[in-house]
Amino acid sequence: MLKVTNLHAEVDGKEILKGLSLEVPAGEVHAIMGPNGAGKSTLSYVLTGRDGYEVTGGTATLDGEDLLALAPDVRAARGVFLSFQYPLEIPGVPALTFIRTALNAQRRARGEAEITAPAFLKLAREKAQALKIDFDMLKRALNVGFSGGEKKRMEILQMAMLSPRFLILDETDSGLDIDALRIVSDGVNALRGPDRAMLVITHYQRLLDYIKPDRVHVLAGGRIVASGGPELAHELEANGYERYEQAA
Amino acid sequence: MSLTSAIRDRDVAQLPSRRDEDWRWTDLRGLIRILPQPSPPFAGDPGAGVFDPLATQVVTLANGRGEAVIYVPAGETAWVALRILSQGDGAHAARVSITLADGARLHLFETYEGEGGYVAQTSLALTLGEGAGVERIVLAADSAGGVSISQAEVTLSPKSEFAQTVLTCGGRRQRIETRVAHPGGHASLRLDGVYLLADKAHADLTTVVTHAGVDGLTEQLTKGVVRDQARGVFQGRIVVREGADRTDAKMGHHALILSDRAEVDAKPELEIYADDVACAHGNTVGALDEDAMFYARQRGMPEADARALLTEAFVGQVIDRIDHNEARDLVRGWAAERLRP
Ligand SMILES: Nc1ncnc2c1ncn2[C@@H]1O[C@H](COP(=O)(O)OP(=O)(O)OP(=O)(O)O)[C@@H](O)[C@H]1O
Ligand SMILES: [Mg+2]
Repeated sequence: MLKVTNLHAEVDGKEILKGLSLEVPAGEVHAIMGPNGAGKSTLSYVLTGRDGYEVTGGTATLDGEDLLALAPDVRAARGVFLSFQYPLEIPGVPALTFIRTALNAQRRARGEAEITAPAFLKLAREKAQALKIDFDMLKRALNVGFSGGEKKRMEILQMAMLSPRFLILDETDSGLDIDALRIVSDGVNALRGPDRAMLVITHYQRLLDYIKPDRVHVLAGGRIVASGGPELAHELEANGYERYEQAA
Repeated sequence: MSLTSAIRDRDVAQLPSRRDEDWRWTDLRGLIRILPQPSPPFAGDPGAGVFDPLATQVVTLANGRGEAVIYVPAGETAWVALRILSQGDGAHAARVSITLADGARLHLFETYEGEGGYVAQTSLALTLGEGAGVERIVLAADSAGGVSISQAEVTLSPKSEFAQTVLTCGGRRQRIETRVAHPGGHASLRLDGVYLLADKAHADLTTVVTHAGVDGLTEQLTKGVVRDQARGVFQGRIVVREGADRTDAKMGHHALILSDRAEVDAKPELEIYADDVACAHGNTVGALDEDAMFYARQRGMPEADARALLTEAFVGQVIDRIDHNEARDLVRGWAAERLRP
């Protein structure tokens, strides 16, 4: 599915990713943990094509296709979805309008027919209910005035509706209360499947009790410095990053 | 110094120029070297207007011909589509006079429709009796080669309501000017505008409101989106005369510039000579929020679609303030057409 090899990337002329390699096969969930400022969000922006994140070396492919050559919206249509660490507010655009526009744009890009209005509303109601989001909230301008936790839930709702193949969750657990964490995790787990893969960025082992990873990686100093099974997350929780930061 | 007399006398010396403070961003003298011949009569059938279905009366002024006198008697309501048509490369001026008796109501749907390289001037005088109400919606679709100046003088009475939304896509040089004499006395005024400019279009939305009495309300919101080499001008002046206490006036102007070569010139002015007033104004000119653009594109929207969605939402906040439901939908469609790829 995703294959990243020796990736180097700069922001404002400063190298942040310094030879990062990572492979996430289809059907697997990989967690990325690492200290603040290690480059976790940078990796998620590089993979999704944000302006200002300049790749200076290495490759990233999705199912063998060069991801880095594609425009952000084309990557999205291929199934790449990022749940933002800090979701944006979109004044004046109701959440439903935003999601419908996105969904139809993806469908057009894939040569599929647009979704009908009734089918879209039915889907939205169903997904909102599963995520315990009040449907009326979807009529409000997306994320404007939403609480931190509500914004994160809205990210997962968008994910559920767009049904992506490669999911990147950047600290989706931060800002969520205990109940919301469970609901959101259920939503994420519902998207697990043999044709999908996920990259879950988190600071807390707790999320990984709900979304069980196949592999855990430590990102420090712009590289993956250690990888292991789920037990690695427990080890990090107990001992911190000190020894990895030295390695980096 | 006016365009009307310049056209009448075919005398460019009477055109406003950049030396006139009020016209420095919409210079006509420097643009028009020779005033063209008077426009011939309008040729052919102009077809139906966009607002015709909403109106009980359609008034058409074509190439300056005809004088429109509209009177709404006390207590009555009228729905008038006012079409101002320009065709060809001549010069012409049109006059419109609208009077509302006490308590009368008018929905005025005004359109500017042009074809050619004309020089056109339109004078409107609107007078509202006590407790009268007007919602004026203007869709200005002048031709890219046309010079068009619309000048409205609005006189309010106590307890009257005047609400205006002007939408324009500009012209070779275009100005839509509204001057309001506000007596206070719980009269309320809303003056909104939207300019959507591309290529080399120029649009100037100028408003002057003079509060002369106590307890007056004025609300203004103008938004613009300019791209290519287009130029938007907003001049908003609110004068609160001595003694016009308890005036409540708000003015907002916000513009998005989508290209390096586009330009927006804004001059919001509050001149306050009374003591007890609540006045506020806000003015921002900037680029489209790049973070929001990336967010939309990450969700799958191509750049042009994402830009259309965000700019439609931006000006939508002005369009939302239109009272008349069908007109609001129509206007929203008109704006969307000009923002979509
Ligand atoms: N625009 C920028 N200009 C300069 N440095 C930047 C810019 N954006 C990010 N950085 C730097 O890049 C580094 C990596 O940031 P990034 O957001 O990827 O970290 P992170 O691992 O996601 O951290 P956190 O756990 O706090 O979310 C940081 O040192 C940050 O200060
Ligand atoms: Mg981060």
